[in-house]
Amino acid sequence: MRMKFSATTEQRWLNLLKVMVIVVALFVSVGPLIYGFLLSIRPLSSVLNTPLDVIPSLDEVDFGSYPTALRDESDGGFGMARFMRNSFGVAAATVVLAIGSSVLGAYAAVRLQFFGRRAVNAMFLAVYLFPGIVLAVPLFVMMSRIGLTGSLFGLMLIYMAQTVPVALYMLRNYFAAVPESVEEAAMIDGCGRMKTITKIVIPMALPGIAATSLYVFMIAWNEYLFALLFLVQDRERWTAALGISQLTEFSVPATVLMAGSIAITVPVVVGFFAAQRLLISGLTSGAEKG
Amino acid sequence: MTVSPGRVARRRGGVMTQSRREDLQGRAMVSPTVLVVFAMVMLPFLAVVAFGFLNIRLVDIPRVSLFDLEFTLDNFRTVLSSPSFWTALRITVIYAALTTLGAIAAGMAMALALRHPFRGRGLIRALVLVPYVLPVVAAATIWKTLLNSQYGLVNAFGMKFLGWDAPIGFLSTTTREFAGIPVPVSLFTVIAFEVWKTAPLAFLFITARMQVIPGDLEEAASIDGASIVQRFRYIVLPQLRGVVVLLVLLRFIWSFQSFNDIYLLTGGAGGTQVMAVRVYDELITRANIGTAAAYGLAMTVILTGLLTMYVRLNRKAGIG
Repeated sequence: MRMKFSATTEQRWLNLLKVMVIVVALFVSVGPLIYGFLLSIRPLSSVLNTPLDVIPSLDEVDFGSYPTALRDESDGGFGMARFMRNSFGVAAATVVLAIGSSVLGAYAAVRLQFFGRRAVNAMFLAVYLFPGIVLAVPLFVMMSRIGLTGSLFGLMLIYMAQTVPVALYMLRNYFAAVPESVEEAAMIDGCGRMKTITKIVIPMALPGIAATSLYVFMIAWNEYLFALLFLVQDRERWTAALGISQLTEFSVPATVLMAGSIAITVPVVVGFFAAQRLLISGLTSGAEKG
Repeated sequence: MTVSPGRVARRRGGVMTQSRREDLQGRAMVSPTVLVVFAMVMLPFLAVVAFGFLNIRLVDIPRVSLFDLEFTLDNFRTVLSSPSFWTALRITVIYAALTTLGAIAAGMAMALALRHPFRGRGLIRALVLVPYVLPVVAAATIWKTLLNSQYGLVNAFGMKFLGWDAPIGFLSTTTREFAGIPVPVSLFTVIAFEVWKTAPLAFLFITARMQVIPGDLEEAASIDGASIVQRFRYIVLPQLRGVVVLLVLLRFIWSFQSFNDIYLLTGGAGGTQVMAVRVYDELITRANIGTAAAYGLAMTVILTGLLTMYVRLNRKAGIG
């Protein structure tokens, strides 16, 4: 640092403080996840008898909790693999629905002047901030009335409506980064609006669209409240998040619960870190102006 | 859209102006999203308003018809006169305020500590985001295990090294005296969880804003002999004001409606029954749609009030 020649006591204290903040932040952020993983590979008896020996000895390591958690109930397991398949299906369908409709909406919000644009933007902001639990009341009533209780389809529509605002917001930022001059050139060359979008804008913003898709996927994958409301009575269709939370109600061994928790975490953590840079720029680009 | 609108306009000899065309295209493009949001958010919201003024229970739903509905203020009377509403409101406000403060303070501390580049900073920045990315159910399950009174690490550690005589029921203790001071243990535990889970987002927002602070001001100040603390206080902090205000608003609104975290950790036990958990209880456990809707509407009114205040303040300050 350029302050080298005036290294004061103040700076030394601040550096110490900085190191402490980093160490504590790392310990607190990653610690629980590592703890969960370490529990998942220990035998249950050792977890119950010696809770302080967090790090298992090598001969003690036992990955047996994973197959137990993942296998179907008919196979003596807890069905987590099936729950994860359900979650994957719902989340993938949500991505298709939400991104498919948001791409057009976000483009219009960035490039086109149209009547009601401000009102539409305000509506999406309102949805973004509106308490989901309040909507749970009528949606639950509606589902129980038209008999969609237990239906993954209703869940997808709700997830779509819940993720569209944030998808629009992120996509808008990525589209705004596509230079307008490129688009104008394409239109002068005779491309219509739709063709400009499919041939120029979407390819140029593709990494951003991918990142947004991933974020929507994560939201749908992690969602708990609506899955609980609609699917709780239908064990076949439980999502991964619902499955784990329901299993804690039964006397499922802690090691199996940890294995299940780690199993549902791995896909989102891997996905997030793969697309980290893009995701972060999309999520925070409003903040820079603030 | 089979015929390109551009061509139509030309054929009609410029009857359709550029702006008219944009107007139509824009509206067509947002309509699918608007439609879904209308069906899944706006209509349900209107339904909550209606339910709030109706006396219906879940068992009535299959038989109820639009014609024999009677509008009443009973739900609001019941809810507003019950002490548990005011308790829930108080708990929710405390929860939202403390999680907002905690998340922003922790996010700010991390953003400052990781501001200047050093080897390994990228990795650390990525790792501190883990709590934000974790599925809330997995995070809550791990925390519940950590805090378990029989085999959880925290209680085992406390009893062995900190001299606790008995395990602390972190998730089921309304208050407990520590050194003569009553502490709402479970409420603080769920607050800690939410701070842990949301501080990374505050960190991201503050970091993004810090990166665009022009470096020359600070450089000039440091040449003039301003200390690091002074530079933070008089140069960096004012620049962060906007993003911090935005975070206060967003975090408060989101924490105020928080359901998952609390419901998963305590189920509302140990004095953690916030408004959102009350709505769920009224709806599912008591199967009373009317009072559930009344609770929900009360939440909506409070949040709308906050948002309006924010917009007004912004206008006054000449930002918005």
